[in-house]
Amino acid sequence: MTVRLTSEPFDPGALLSDFCRGRAEVGAVASFTGIARAEAGATAILELEAYPGFTEVEIGKIAETARQRFGLADLLILHRVGRITPGEPIVFVATASGHRREAFEACDYLMDYLKSRAPFWKKEHGPRGERWIEPTARDQADVTRWE
Amino acid sequence: MARVLLFGPLRDLAGWREREVTAATIGELRRALGADDAALGEALQRPGVQVALDQAIVRGDAPLAPSAEVAFLPPMSGG
Repeated sequence: MTVRLTSEPFDPGALLSDFCRGRAEVGAVASFTGIARAEAGATAILELEAYPGFTEVEIGKIAETARQRFGLADLLILHRVGRITPGEPIVFVATASGHRREAFEACDYLMDYLKSRAPFWKKEHGPRGERWIEPTARDQADVTRWE
Repeated sequence: MARVLLFGPLRDLAGWREREVTAATIGELRRALGADDAALGEALQRPGVQVALDQAIVRGDAPLAPSAEVAFLPPMSGG
């Protein structure tokens, strides 16, 4: 189980290849890549702030809950922090399990929790100035699906 | 002296990220911050703002050790 923050761009394809390697007994790997949106030109840069130490621990708790709930063999969460250009991957989640359903569902679960329960604060910088982005009503509703 | 950390919009509102404040409890700390900056004091009371004491979420009041780290965390949004 790996949880990591990075201020550098990453290649989701390479991460997925590495994650799949040597898993003869696993059967299923699902992944999700979130990409910073340009919002029709409104976002020139997305800035992501974390609380170093605390953010990793809190994501680790979410990851451990998912591992137990879906019986995962392994999982990987990589999340960008700092300044991100639209088009760049911002988050990558991969899950490995015996069969596909658990892998798909665990990916979905992890993303719902990352969107509204992980300690990140997101600011959009664009031609109209800057704006903090709060979780949407949809984000809040999505996470309650798992309760 | 507690080490106080502000994140996200709270940091922009206050104009600082980190500050040392003398307070024996979280309640006392809130009052000290509010006395110094009423808008910040009000913002810290908003629903959705959580408090982490030494990197663990606490609800309500709590005593502060001299080396305590208190972080005010506005609504979170990752992904």
